[in-house]
Amino acid sequence: MLRTMMRRAGKCAAVAAAGLMMMSAQAAEPIKIGSFLSVTGPASFLGDPELKTLEMYVEKINEEGGVLGRPLELVHYDDVGNASSARNFASRLIRSDQVDIIVGGSTTGATMAAVPLIEQAQVPFISLAGAVVITNPVKKWVFKTPQTDRMAAERILTDMKDRGITKFGLISGTGGFGSSGRTQTLEVAEEMGMEVVADVTYSGSDTDMTAQLTNIRNTKGVEAVLNFGFGQGPAIVTRNYAQLGMELPFYQSHGVASDSFLELAGSSAEGLRLPASPLLVPDSLPEDDPQKEVVQNYKAEYEARWDSKVSTFGAYAYDGLMLAVRAIEEAGSTDPAAVRDALENIKGYVGVTGEFNMAPDDHNGLDADSFRILEVQNGEWKLIN
Amino acid sequence: MLAEFLQYLFTGITIGATYALIALGFTLIYNASHVINFAQGEFLMIGGMATVSLTAMGVPMILAVVLAVILAGLLGIALQRLAIAPAKQADVVTLIIITIGASIFIRGIAQVVWGKEYHVMQNFSTSEPIEVFGAVLNSQSLWVLGIGAVMVVGLVLFFTKTLIGKAILATSMNKEAARLVGIRTQMVLMLAFMVSALLGSVAGIVVAPITFTSYDIGIILGLKGFVAAAIGGLGSGVGAVVGGLSLGIVEAMAAGYISSDYKDAVAFSMILLVLFFMPRGLFGAKVVERV
Repeated sequence: MLRTMMRRAGKCAAVAAAGLMMMSAQAAEPIKIGSFLSVTGPASFLGDPELKTLEMYVEKINEEGGVLGRPLELVHYDDVGNASSARNFASRLIRSDQVDIIVGGSTTGATMAAVPLIEQAQVPFISLAGAVVITNPVKKWVFKTPQTDRMAAERILTDMKDRGITKFGLISGTGGFGSSGRTQTLEVAEEMGMEVVADVTYSGSDTDMTAQLTNIRNTKGVEAVLNFGFGQGPAIVTRNYAQLGMELPFYQSHGVASDSFLELAGSSAEGLRLPASPLLVPDSLPEDDPQKEVVQNYKAEYEARWDSKVSTFGAYAYDGLMLAVRAIEEAGSTDPAAVRDALENIKGYVGVTGEFNMAPDDHNGLDADSFRILEVQNGEWKLIN
Repeated sequence: MLAEFLQYLFTGITIGATYALIALGFTLIYNASHVINFAQGEFLMIGGMATVSLTAMGVPMILAVVLAVILAGLLGIALQRLAIAPAKQADVVTLIIITIGASIFIRGIAQVVWGKEYHVMQNFSTSEPIEVFGAVLNSQSLWVLGIGAVMVVGLVLFFTKTLIGKAILATSMNKEAARLVGIRTQMVLMLAFMVSALLGSVAGIVVAPITFTSYDIGIILGLKGFVAAAIGGLGSGVGAVVGGLSLGIVEAMAAGYISSDYKDAVAFSMILLVLFFMPRGLFGAKVVERV
């Protein structure tokens, strides 16, 4: 409580100081970056690092002279993970704040609720949410920075195939992330000629998945197990998996690619593999990896500024902001149509999440290889490829 | 085949025992005041979270458990003193709403104090699972069952052998008459809240190594515990235990044999059926309208 108050007081002071400086310097019209994020509420683990990232890099860019000689101004609202408030805030950003570009939408739900409004108002929008529906089919004004769950499925299944696995069991959460991941996995498996021999689910509030795993274990022909889910569920699955003494290769999705998952799952996580952002293993990237420097810098700067662990989700906001800045610079103005066109033509931007190559039919711009396959060895992430 | 069945049974009994402990807490307060205390799940959360944070601060496990249970007990007393007692003559419905408010308040405080992350608690004994006829049993499950059994026996003794227990029973049967024979009913109510908070926190602590713990774990487990209490018949101790265990077992069997998608649906259909044919629950007392 006291800390928040102190922080607020600090912020006020900073704002006042910034105000004074602006008055003394020649006041160029700021470029308004709008954002609605789930900073509190159930999706706060997404929104919190995203907001911190946006705040800190907007500050940094302004210190370095802004964009096109104009300072950036971040207009931000907290949608509490609620899709209908996300829609309201998107409307406020467009109508009353009249922002030049929107970077936000922590969850797929929040993003999709705001999309119709944004399409109508014709404002460029970079979403920070995962599901494939956001950019497929392509929407004229909507872009996104995280990889899709389909790419995660492709990456995992490719790795399985490389290990000679063709039949696997799938256990997924019934939440939005898990069920979308399940659908994508089933589709990708069919395309790649692999067989999902067992397909079970659990709900987000379940506290024991032994029954489902026993079901998979007793299915004939299972060569590996994949868990697509989010939150604490996959950690419980991982523990139950170890308790049951199952020794088949075990995969998790990118939904749990964080250090807190390792803490929860403990030694049970040993040997499991998952697709993840290189942010988890910045130092083991090879020297010639173009992402190495970006990733190391982001991690160092974030951790120095906020004194807390960097997260993959904050990186989505980093890439979103940098893509927006780059598009505005290339467009040479904040004209919405010009910025949108510039965004669509960004090629070879190396971000923390991956290398972005946007195209008229690809508003995500990443490919499945931007995921790295990591394995847990001795309680730490180890880069496999 | 047998292994598979046993595996589902173990899973069901473990989680069912937790439901039963929570249901007992509901039963206790319901008996003493006819209030359904929706903050019951929060006692569970306080137990688990306080133990985790105390051990993280370097307090030995056993001491941490004791302190967490005491903290929950104090919270139970505070809940009755500060939220329920001032509402004196209010309707039961009003009191129930107060408990819902209190649960949101407690959860909010916990979120500020402990943050929103999930936390791990170590197993009490070995983390090696035990094998029985091809099925595996988490050693912590034995702790859950054992401590659950001890608590149930303890409660039975408390109600039948001690004066305070009998006073609580008397108050539940007839508040006016109890007051006439010199029982301080407010005191009894406070005790009921305290004992049920103790029960809840113990359940929260023993189950934490299996389920993890976080500031909002009480919502789901509390609700399931309430469902278990309703199946068994609100107010019946035996009903709470039977209701909890059967809910857990039905859930696990449905997840294993039918489909995990229908697990909750099967459990809830069971409640519908029970309440349809036996509106007072399996062991509910017959209601006599006083005129």
